[in-house]
Amino acid sequence: MHDAIAEYVRDGLSVAIEGFTAFICFAAGHEIIRQGRRNLTLIRMTPDLIYDQMIAAGVASKLVFSYLGNPGVGSLHCVRRAIEKGIPAPLEIEEYSHYGMIGRYTAGAMKLPFFPLRSYTGSDLPRMNRQISLVQSPYSEERIAVVPPINPDVAIIHAQRADAEGNTQLWGLLGIQKEAAFAARKVIVVVEEIVDQSIIRADPNRTLIPGLIVNAVVHEPFGCHPSYVQGYYDRDNAFYLAWDGISRDQQKTEDWLQEWVFDVKDRSAYLEKLGKDVLSRLDPGDAPTGSLNYGAYT
Amino acid sequence: MTPDYTSSEMMIVAASRTLRGARTVFVGVGLPNIACNLARHTIAPDLELIYESGVYGAQPARLPLSIGDPTLVTGALSVIPMGDLFGYYLQGGWVGAALLGGAQIDRHGNLNTTVIGEYDSPKVRLPGSGGACEIAINARSTLIIMRLSQRAFVERLDFLTSPGYLEGGTSRAGRYMPGAGPMQVITDKALFSFFNDDREMQIDALYPGVSIDEVTAEIGWPIRQHESIFEVDPPTDDEIRIIRTILDPEGTVTGRLA
Repeated sequence: MHDAIAEYVRDGLSVAIEGFTAFICFAAGHEIIRQGRRNLTLIRMTPDLIYDQMIAAGVASKLVFSYLGNPGVGSLHCVRRAIEKGIPAPLEIEEYSHYGMIGRYTAGAMKLPFFPLRSYTGSDLPRMNRQISLVQSPYSEERIAVVPPINPDVAIIHAQRADAEGNTQLWGLLGIQKEAAFAARKVIVVVEEIVDQSIIRADPNRTLIPGLIVNAVVHEPFGCHPSYVQGYYDRDNAFYLAWDGISRDQQKTEDWLQEWVFDVKDRSAYLEKLGKDVLSRLDPGDAPTGSLNYGAYT
Repeated sequence: MTPDYTSSEMMIVAASRTLRGARTVFVGVGLPNIACNLARHTIAPDLELIYESGVYGAQPARLPLSIGDPTLVTGALSVIPMGDLFGYYLQGGWVGAALLGGAQIDRHGNLNTTVIGEYDSPKVRLPGSGGACEIAINARSTLIIMRLSQRAFVERLDFLTSPGYLEGGTSRAGRYMPGAGPMQVITDKALFSFFNDDREMQIDALYPGVSIDEVTAEIGWPIRQHESIFEVDPPTDDEIRIIRTILDPEGTVTGRLA
């Protein structure tokens, strides 16, 4: 992880750590904080706790998003403090709706000049964000909203497994990880398990991101804690609730960052500090898929 | 007499009853999630739940912790990329009803979930649109769930995030907004609709034991009243049992009477 972040995430770049409200790679976010990056543009549909922590740590100067909350809990207090009071530093924001962000990633991935969607009519959002336009359809009388492509400098995607070349399989909420990866200039995948390529080839329908577009593969078990990874672990909801209290105060937040990010060397040290009891509490139990037959076709 | 249910439970029950016979509903987490699951267990057994995270036909085994909870995936009919969900299901016209909420609502059912105060110097920065803006435009109808208060039911929104009937009357027409707009507003004291030519919010029904004055006092404009306001039936034993034993056994969302 250290090397992948050092190599690809440089000061001033735009970074999308994606995974819609699940598969959130906290390990990567913490490494970016530890390496002291500055002036990043952070892109994410749901900034979640990881961007709250990164913004409190001062790594970002701009945030591009579509829903700003501690999901199921309440506010993102650090992001709010940055927007409302400029603490620890002013934060420029650029906001869309969910489908607007999906459209931006999709256009970015497909190298299209814009993405049309039926949204924003009558909303104040286009007045506040001039990137959102209403244009005339060439084929009908309809005026339709368009959003521009987005091409993050770096996308970081967490998944269950990949082979050494980065052929990445993900099951569960597919979100916009494929679109974000194809839109990005560099792609880092972080996985719970590195598997032999024969495992990938045995179930090709499950491959979301091909090794073709991947620049680095990082093996980081529990890399999403306290977020969820389907079939591997549950959300550590106690932490999501606790963060609501911690994050209300900048000093408490900085103390937390010191203890859980700066004072731990890497993810292994973090997990050791967290303890086995917490991790076993997050075991999701079993719900295996039925097996199916692709056919040999020799 | 103090009723043996909470105002949250009454809201959940009222919301679930509006889904009678519905085939698909676009759901959020929290109270709307319980309302839709209650409908599935009672008056809408064929109801399929659609979550914006990319799930069609979810049957969550627990109260989802967030919209990204894997419990939405396990046992669902289909899990798809979000682009497919918003493109094929929502924009494609397959979402029958959708539940929305907000920090502010005006008399025409327009919603603010973006900011209190000025956009560039906010008093309170709210979560933003999420999927609400396109849901409000594309779902065949929307149901709005909010608690009554002067701060929420306002004469003028600080920001219009998701369109209802815009300026009222026919102002949605001719603007390529496929959905019909808000059907009902479900609150903790009363039910409202927009069934008049101006598409202006009107009181349709009161919850048991609630007076009209208690309702009008919480609304920031002179609210219309339907000519024959009725009283909502209280929750049945069955509805309460399903909420308390199956959907929210710990009372996380519904709260409990002391």
